[in-house]
Parts: sequence; structure tokens; C-alpha cells
Amino acid sequence: MAVATEGNQGAAAQPARIRIGPAFVLFAAFALLPLIALALGEPFFLVVLARIIIFAIAALSLDIILGYGGMVSFGHAAFIGLGAYAVGIAAAHGLTDFLAQAAIAIIVSGLFALVTGAISLRTRGVYFIMITLAFGQMAFFFMVSLSAYGGDDGLTLPARSTLLGQPILTSNIAFYYLCLAILVGFFLFSRAMIGARFGRVLRGIRDNSDRMRAIGFAPLRYQLAAYCIAGSMAGIAGALLANQAEFVAPAYMSWQRSGELIIMVVLGGIGTLTGPVLGAVAFILLEEALARLSEHWKFALGFCLILIVLFTRGGLMGGLRRLSGGAGHG
Amino acid sequence: MRPQSYVSQRSPEGEGTGCAFQGISRDARSRRALASIRAPSLANPKSMTNLFLIQLLNGVQLGILLFLVAAGLTLVFGIMDFINLAHGVQYMAGAYFVATFTALTGSFFWGLALTLPAALVFGLVLEFLLFRHLYARDHLDQVLATFGLILMFNEGVKMLWGAAPLSVPVPELLSGSVPLIGTLRYPVFRLAIIVAGLAIALGLYLLVNHTRTGMRLRAGATNRGMLSALGVDVGQLFMVVFGFGAMLAGFAGAMVSPILSVEPGMGDGILILTFVVIVIGGIGSIRGAFVAAILVGCVDTLGRIFGPILLRSLLEPAAAAQTGRTLAPMLIYILMAAVLFFRPSGLFPAKG
Repeated sequence: MAVATEGNQGAAAQPARIRIGPAFVLFAAFALLPLIALALGEPFFLVVLARIIIFAIAALSLDIILGYGGMVSFGHAAFIGLGAYAVGIAAAHGLTDFLAQAAIAIIVSGLFALVTGAISLRTRGVYFIMITLAFGQMAFFFMVSLSAYGGDDGLTLPARSTLLGQPILTSNIAFYYLCLAILVGFFLFSRAMIGARFGRVLRGIRDNSDRMRAIGFAPLRYQLAAYCIAGSMAGIAGALLANQAEFVAPAYMSWQRSGELIIMVVLGGIGTLTGPVLGAVAFILLEEALARLSEHWKFALGFCLILIVLFTRGGLMGGLRRLSGGAGHG
Repeated sequence: MRPQSYVSQRSPEGEGTGCAFQGISRDARSRRALASIRAPSLANPKSMTNLFLIQLLNGVQLGILLFLVAAGLTLVFGIMDFINLAHGVQYMAGAYFVATFTALTGSFFWGLALTLPAALVFGLVLEFLLFRHLYARDHLDQVLATFGLILMFNEGVKMLWGAAPLSVPVPELLSGSVPLIGTLRYPVFRLAIIVAGLAIALGLYLLVNHTRTGMRLRAGATNRGMLSALGVDVGQLFMVVFGFGAMLAGFAGAMVSPILSVEPGMGDGILILTFVVIVIGGIGSIRGAFVAAILVGCVDTLGRIFGPILLRSLLEPAAAAQTGRTLAPMLIYILMAAVLFFRPSGLFPAKG
């Protein structure tokens, strides 16, 4: 599957260590911004920031399979939805602790990834894109018709989840920092994983799976493992999203949402770890800004997207890299 | 509940056209209401047979529509290895064109006659402005650009025609219903869709299998590089395929406009069903698209009606109804997964 863009061609030849500098600056800014927002008396900004962080987690997880694994998955939003429904359904049955809910979210979305991945990864190219899309729709229609848990209308959470029995997540600030901590944790985990043997094999398969098979690796096993890990991470993003909105609906897993996640990854810079985070920032801010300008903001968004595809390469991280003289791999 | 009632009433949502459309519709309440209208009584075996016949026809009709949309798309995928998410936009464009032209001329048939060239031109303009710049790109770029196109056009029709659904009246000549067997009646317009679709399928079969252009098409789907090396202008061939595919999709959109509401985003749902069809049939194969389209149309329509009924013999009635409702929309995806598990390139793969 040819997804190698300029940004990641030859990435395997680069040192396995991913530079942590740009990401550190970004995370420091994330840590400080809520304080500024509160000082300015703009609590709504905190809500937008939390959304950004949550989608950054989802985009980061997608880039593991899209950028590093070369698998163009068009059904990633399904994992977000499954994670969100894990929280919603658990809460409806009285299980309100976030740690338990997160564990369920990981297991459910991981299992869904295992089953659908095992079938999807038998195919290549356009088939893979269409199958992941179809599986995403399958999950979507399942939730739409699950009338015991709201069906089309969705499910309202009675309250935000508790953490170790304490209702501290009802505070927007505490919830925001939990999201940020999870993002940083996932970033470091992904960085270690991509740098390790597993990540190198994965990138090798992306660049040439026949050669990897020839030197004795079974591509399917590595790709499937990456698919499950990415799915579970997106499930956590969904669990956070459900808490952020205190509401769960099938719309979380619509195929447009999957498309938006791909946009975030490509906008930020595919095949990098800081890129998807930047992409999520850019996309959500663009969405907020365009939505204020006109109700027909999606028209402008679509137009921007086409221009980005036709005239840019390597996304925001590619631009940053060109500015800083071409060195490094964020 | 007498079986006639399934067809005699025509709701704006296009009751019975193929429930997949209702799965896409946002109006959950009316869908639930329809589900309760549909629940047949098991007491009367004759009504079951009639219901089965009606739903089989509905399934075939949905399949024919899916085939019209899938035919162009599968060739575009097969020949150029180009993933076009915006094919649903062409279906939507056909519906909006026919709504506009019918309102202008006052006749559905004039509207349809004007829609076909309009859909062709629309497809060719898109090909010229955007798609031909994407052929050499990787799949990801194609996905993104055509996704952007969907966002633009779904919003664009909202800007031009408003967000409210438009309705197109069923033409006088094709309104009403005809008797099938005994008391069983079926709307003429739905039969017209089936007949028109079958005629087009036959035409496509002759075109693809018995003409020089068709030979090039098949050659292109099997090995594009070789065809190009033999001196065929693949770029030009592709433009023809693309324009033709856009016209077929536009025709499908135009034909459903009297039985479905014409609304922004109406192409998205059909696009995904079309993907399922193409994947099951095998990319690049017209024959595969036809078989898979009828299969998907029938499985989806019959599954929604008879799934809960069959389950009732295994489960409690309430549980059966719930399980059936939940499983039915997933049936075609399960079918697709099963086909791919055994034949990863679909039923009739074009690439040898």
C-alpha cells in the first residue's frame, strides 16, 4: 500500500529515536493554556481545549497504523464510539469509576479491532480502505438500532465518571489535566513503541512487506498488533469524549468523523507523533473559527482540504521541518 | 394488516424502497413507526408469501439502484486504481437536477432527459478540474481530496436549494399500481425502476463484452500498463468511463427522487452500500457488481423484515424483535466479511 509521502520516505533509515523537543513545547503550552483561559475569564475555551486533547489522542492512535503501519483505515471513529458507549453503558448499570470504564473501553475496542482487523488485513489497497469503512458503518448501525441504550437519540450520562470513588472529574480543570496526562502518556508510549524493534518491523512492512517476509517476519501479526493497540487507544479517547460531553451518540462513530481523523493526521504530518497532535489543534481551531464565520463552514473546510491535498506535502510538521532546515524527525 | 398496505401508502421517506435508505435517514421516530406498520402477522401463511414477494421485489429494486451507482465506480476503481468517495455526490446531483428540471419543465420525463446530459457534464467537469490531478497520487490523497469534495457539495446543495428535503411528484403515466398475483399489487413506478435498470444492465453487458470500447475497458481493468503500452490512450478511455459512470449514478439518483426525499447528504449512505457491493463483487467487474448489488439489495431488505420473524422461533418475542432489529442492518457487512474471508478479492476479481 503506497502511503509513503515525502514526510516518511526513508524514515526507517533515520535514527529510531524520535525527537521529543517540539512535543515537549506543545505539551507545556497545553499545561499552561487553561490557567491563561481562567485568568481571562473564558471558561468555554477550556471545553474547546479538552476536545482538542481528546481528538489529539485519537489522531495519534490513527497515525500509528496510518503513518507508521501504512494502513489507510477509514473506520477509526468506530473505536471512539465503542469507548464512549463502554462508559455510557457501564454508567447506566451503575459502574461509574473511570478506571473500570477505561478498562472496559480498552477491552471492547481492542477486541473489535482484533476481529475486524483480522478480516480487513487479508486485503490490500482500495479493498482495505473500503472494508474498514464498512466495518465502521456496521458498528454505527449497531448502535443506532440498540434502542435499549438510546439508539439514534443517544444516551445521556447521569454524571461524569468518578476517579477512585472521588467525583473530582466534575471539575473541568481536573478533567482537562487527566486528558492531558493520558495524551502525554500515550505519546511517550508510542514513541517507545515506534523506536523499539516492534516499531521498526512495522515501518519495514510499510515500506516493503515482501522483503520483511523474506527476512523472516510475518507482516500480518505485526500489523494486527498495531491495529489493536491503535484501536484501544482510540477507545480511551472515546471514553474521555463521553465524559467531556456527558453524552454518547452514534454520531461519534459516523464515517465523517473517521474522515476528520485522517484529515487531522495528514494536516499535522503523517508518520510523525507530534504531527497528529498539531493537526488536531489546527483542525478543531479551524472548525471553531469557520463555524463562527458562517453556517456553511463545511463548504470552506472541504475546499481547504482539496487545496491542502493538491498543493502541500508533509503537513504542518513538514512545513516546520522545512523551516528548521530539514533535520530531525518529530 | 393486509399486505396491500405495504405498497399502497407512499410516505415521503420512500417506505419499502429498501430499508437501507431508512437506516441512513435521520428521522428515527418515523422509522420506528414504519417498523411497527411492517410487523406482519404470522397467523396468515398466505400473507407471509405475499409479503415475501413484495419484499423480494423491493430488494431487487434496491439492488438495481445499487448496480447503477456501482457500475461506474467499479470501473473507476478497477482501471485507474482510483478511490472516489465523491461518487455519491453524483447520485445526489442527479436527484437535485431532476427535481429542478422537473419543476422548470413541469414533466418528469423532460426533467430526466435534461438530467442525463447535465450529470454527464457535471462528471466530466469534476474529472477535468480535480480527479485527473489525483490519479498519480497515493490512495490517501485521493481519499482526502474526494472527502473534501463531499463536504463541499453536501454544503453546496444546502446553500443552493436549502436544507429542507425536496420532493418530486411521481409522473402521471407511472403512478398507481398493477396487480401481480391475486390481490397483490405493486407500484408501477417501482417496476419501472427495475425495468429501466435491467435494460441498462443489458446494454452495459453488450457494451462491455461485445464492443471494441468494452474490450479496452476489460483490458484496462486487468492490466492498465499493458494496455497503455499497446497504444491505447488510457487517460481518454478513463474520461469516457468517468463521464459514463457519473451519468449512471445521476440516473439512479433521478429515478429514486419520486420515491425518496431529495436532501443534502443523500449520496453518503448509498456510497457506502456501493462500496460493499463493489468489494463483494470484485473491483473492476461489471458482472460482479450486478450479482453483488442484487445480493446486497435482497439480503438487506429481506433481512430486516424476516430476520426478526425467523428469530421469533428461537427466542422470546421481545428479545427476538430487539435482536432482529439490531442484527438486520449489520447483515450486509457480515455478508461482506464472510465473502472476503473466503475470497479476499471478491466473487469475480477482474485482475487475473
